[in-house]
Amino acid sequence: MQPSSFYKASSRYRSTLLALGLLLPLVVLISAGIGAYYIPPQEIPRILWERSEQAYAVLVSVRFPRVLLALLVGALLALSGAVMQGLFRNPLADPGLIGVSAGAALGAAVFIILIPGAGILEVYALPLAAFVGGLLATLAVWFMASSDGRVQTLTLLLAGIAINALAGALIGLLITRATDEQLRSLTFWTLGGYSGATWGGLAAMAPTALLAFWGLMRLARPLNALVLGESEAFHLGVHLERFKRQAVALAALAVGTAVAAAGGVGFIGLVAPHLFRLMAGPDHRYLLAGSVLLGAGLSVLADLIARTVASPAELPVGVVTSLLGAPFFIWLLLRFKQGAAR
Amino acid sequence: MLEARSLKYAVGGKTLLENISFRLEAGQMLSIIGPNGAGKSTLLRLLSGEMKPDSGQIELLGRPLSSYRPLELALERAVLTQRREINFPFDAYEVAFLGRLPHLERRAENLQDHQVTERALSQTGALQFATRRYQTLSGGEQSRVDLARVLAQEPRLLLLDEPTNHLDPKHQVEILALCRRLAQAGWGVLTVLHDLNLAGLFSDHILLLHQGRMEALGQPAEVLQPARLQAVYGLPFIQTQHPSGRPWVMPLAEAALSHSKEPLAC
Repeated sequence: MQPSSFYKASSRYRSTLLALGLLLPLVVLISAGIGAYYIPPQEIPRILWERSEQAYAVLVSVRFPRVLLALLVGALLALSGAVMQGLFRNPLADPGLIGVSAGAALGAAVFIILIPGAGILEVYALPLAAFVGGLLATLAVWFMASSDGRVQTLTLLLAGIAINALAGALIGLLITRATDEQLRSLTFWTLGGYSGATWGGLAAMAPTALLAFWGLMRLARPLNALVLGESEAFHLGVHLERFKRQAVALAALAVGTAVAAAGGVGFIGLVAPHLFRLMAGPDHRYLLAGSVLLGAGLSVLADLIARTVASPAELPVGVVTSLLGAPFFIWLLLRFKQGAAR
Repeated sequence: MLEARSLKYAVGGKTLLENISFRLEAGQMLSIIGPNGAGKSTLLRLLSGEMKPDSGQIELLGRPLSSYRPLELALERAVLTQRREINFPFDAYEVAFLGRLPHLERRAENLQDHQVTERALSQTGALQFATRRYQTLSGGEQSRVDLARVLAQEPRLLLLDEPTNHLDPKHQVEILALCRRLAQAGWGVLTVLHDLNLAGLFSDHILLLHQGRMEALGQPAEVLQPARLQAVYGLPFIQTQHPSGRPWVMPLAEAALSHSKEPLAC
């Protein structure tokens, strides 16, 4: 038998990944260079090497923490978005579906509004409150959806919607007690942003972020099997209950970490996996890595726009991602509609 | 290869299957027939390991089915189900290639995986549309891609739920002839079929299910008896012979046809 012609089809995946892998460092350099104090991107490697100029100080203490935070948050959201879309077998699924984002927002609201004068504590304690809130909400969703050690995916979805609504209502209740200043903090937190980036904050989120990356990337094979359906995935050798447990727990960890560090950054988790499917295809063995690269790049670019377009003022990055993400998503829907009619 | 002993399965106090016992040897093709709701698909779910019987034992290759881990099972048996709903833009080749997943648990894909997939697609006559988007294929074309996926899994036991569904007569015969060849090559093949005559033409043995019980188990000529079919399907049958010597049965639709002459007054 001659070498399979289909064998080469996977090269489309590989070349897309390669291109994205080469583009991401460029995006990082450009984004690190542009700002109030302009540093030519092509000079950055030399500046880092020589460690002498004032530009070095700007890069290391201001630009890189921020760009790295944007990169990490975008990658986490996009990866968990890809996994959630696979788990729910629905390309419209969003990482927030399992209640983690709403729970994190509730955690943040409780902290901002009920714990007065947190002041200096806020830098570390607010992300922690959001993280814990997110995980508790997902835990509640999980227990609502499980019976006899089994979890029905549809019930999981419905429980997620219920918890999202409940968290929204509780935030609303809290807001009636909030002062104007608290309300402003909460609103800005909800819109998301990377302006609080520090090396200390990055180090604090590194353990959970790395654990989530490592665990989620290993789910590619069962996610591919799940494309056919849950029974079919079992027939192909997937331990279904263990897989669902891992997917939900790791996605909650990823989104919880991202939201705790940067607030509500919308649309990246939804859009990045879609973009990769358009560019290369739906095979999860490549889609997961592709989503990580795309999510990271999109997030860094969105942050660049957020802090330069209205300079010296700064837009919340969640506003930028939604302003760009929503029209893209509508375009995607229209395209699918045409495709279905053809 | 596959042995079921006094299987029982009930849901919510309703017994769906009771006292089911049979053996399937390697190299044989067994068809399960029976009216809607007889328990055919439920039996297939028990045999695939997807659901556990309330009582009774199933052994696969001399080992209790319940002692297999999902991955071990996937290397020995493949299952074709009826539902197909893929929400992502996979092309037909990628869907068939999913059959290789159990083999790729601990190693990277290689040329041989693709050759196996390509051969499976060509065996089911699906190679010419392998590069098309699965979602855009017709029902019959999707069926052939799904069957190719199951063959690409290279199991020893095939469990097929209505593999001829959505297929035209030519492809029905071709697919069942393929199943028969696979059985002759040493695979065990178990199919659920609705078409009594196709079951009679291609199977070594037929298991007739009725209301969750075994009505008959044996060679096609023994099982496809008009009196027995009438008792199960509630419709008179006549039997004649296919040129191959196998039995050929037909429902007598006279009663239904004579009724239709009357005006449709409601």
